[in-house]
Amino acid sequence: MTTEICDPMLPRPYRVLRVRHEIPDTFTLDLAPQDEGDIPSFATGQFNMLYVFGIGEIPISISGDPTRPEPLVHTIRAVGTVSGMMQKLKPADVIGVRGPFGSHWPIEQAEGKDMVIVAGGIGLAPLRSVIYQVLAQRDTYGKVVLIYGARTPEDILYRKECEHWQKQSHLDVSITVDRGTSSWRGSVGLVTKLIPRASFDPSNTIALVCGPEIMMRFSILELEKRGIPAEKIFLSMERNMKCAIGFCGHCQYSGSFVCKDGPVFSYRSVQDLLVKREI
Amino acid sequence: MQTFEALLAEHPFFAGLEPQYLQGIAGFASHIHYDSEKYIFHEGEQAAHFYIIHKGKVALETFGAERGMMTIETIEAGEVLGWSWLFPPYRWHFAARVIEPTSAIVLDGAGLRARGEADHTFGYELVKRVAHIMTQRLQATRLQLLDLYSIRGGEGR
Repeated sequence: MTTEICDPMLPRPYRVLRVRHEIPDTFTLDLAPQDEGDIPSFATGQFNMLYVFGIGEIPISISGDPTRPEPLVHTIRAVGTVSGMMQKLKPADVIGVRGPFGSHWPIEQAEGKDMVIVAGGIGLAPLRSVIYQVLAQRDTYGKVVLIYGARTPEDILYRKECEHWQKQSHLDVSITVDRGTSSWRGSVGLVTKLIPRASFDPSNTIALVCGPEIMMRFSILELEKRGIPAEKIFLSMERNMKCAIGFCGHCQYSGSFVCKDGPVFSYRSVQDLLVKREI
Repeated sequence: MQTFEALLAEHPFFAGLEPQYLQGIAGFASHIHYDSEKYIFHEGEQAAHFYIIHKGKVALETFGAERGMMTIETIEAGEVLGWSWLFPPYRWHFAARVIEPTSAIVLDGAGLRARGEADHTFGYELVKRVAHIMTQRLQATRLQLLDLYSIRGGEGR
């Protein structure tokens, strides 16, 4: 059964199938349409508007596998009223979903090339769908490097999956934390420190970056030092998205709207804006 | 087996250094290997050596009675360990504990300083390279102090 939603402002009710507590304050919701219709296909990097009825609506990137779109998967950090309420959801609860919206990671450009994925904190969630898609067609790409920075070892998102990707999937996974603990045997230091050590061919590489904006700026500096040109670097921007279709103007970013023209932008297209405080 | 000169030339810290300087530095070099959990040096000890890490991983640590051991940073292959040998009072400010078996070239700090004093062109080149490392680590420390991943912005991603 296929359900068509013509009005992009109209939320479609989805049932919570499962809630996974990933790390402190971060959780993953598996969702299915209450009408039992199909879940719209999505591209990596796109987001949905998730609506807790009577509370509010927030944009959340899809963190599931685009080659297996059911269930619909979102990883969310509880930082405010709406996400805080979402953390309390239980299986069978219902929320509204609009989407998917926005631009996607241009992984089609990475075919035959190396790919460097740089993520910080919750920024790994919008990139997990890229990793799933890459693993589904692993031979299509050259070296694939995941560089991930977290606050502490306890804050490493998808930790078991990261270990699995490293061991089983021909991904070069490097993780660092800002603050180590006595039991942590991995790297301690800023995520940017891992970029000079990573093994890839800068002349034939696509880089995807997602995390706090400051972290993205400094990571991109390191990627450029390695010789990756600005037009081969892509990042996911975060702004105050409300309508998700470019009408309301809340997420205006100079001449663009993050919800409609983004959230994924080429670094070339936004590099001058990233250092302007007024935008 | 590669000569010290060749090994130093391959290391990013010495990239592009004039061959005659590499030759001079090689005179102060010896190989060293540490197993996991060994301490290369402890806080407060005399800083007599400069370590060029070729393989492995070392944690820079400090200790507080109320917080126990804290890792400040890890130093890995392609990096250098220690700059306290270059500046008075030549004492280590932190401890260095081996996390993964580590192979390094160890350089005699007093010898390097004496050579730098005798040949200021060499000395300036050495200090520039150490200063570059210090700048990188200062910038990284500033960003770590911002605690980027805990910033509470708007909801959603």
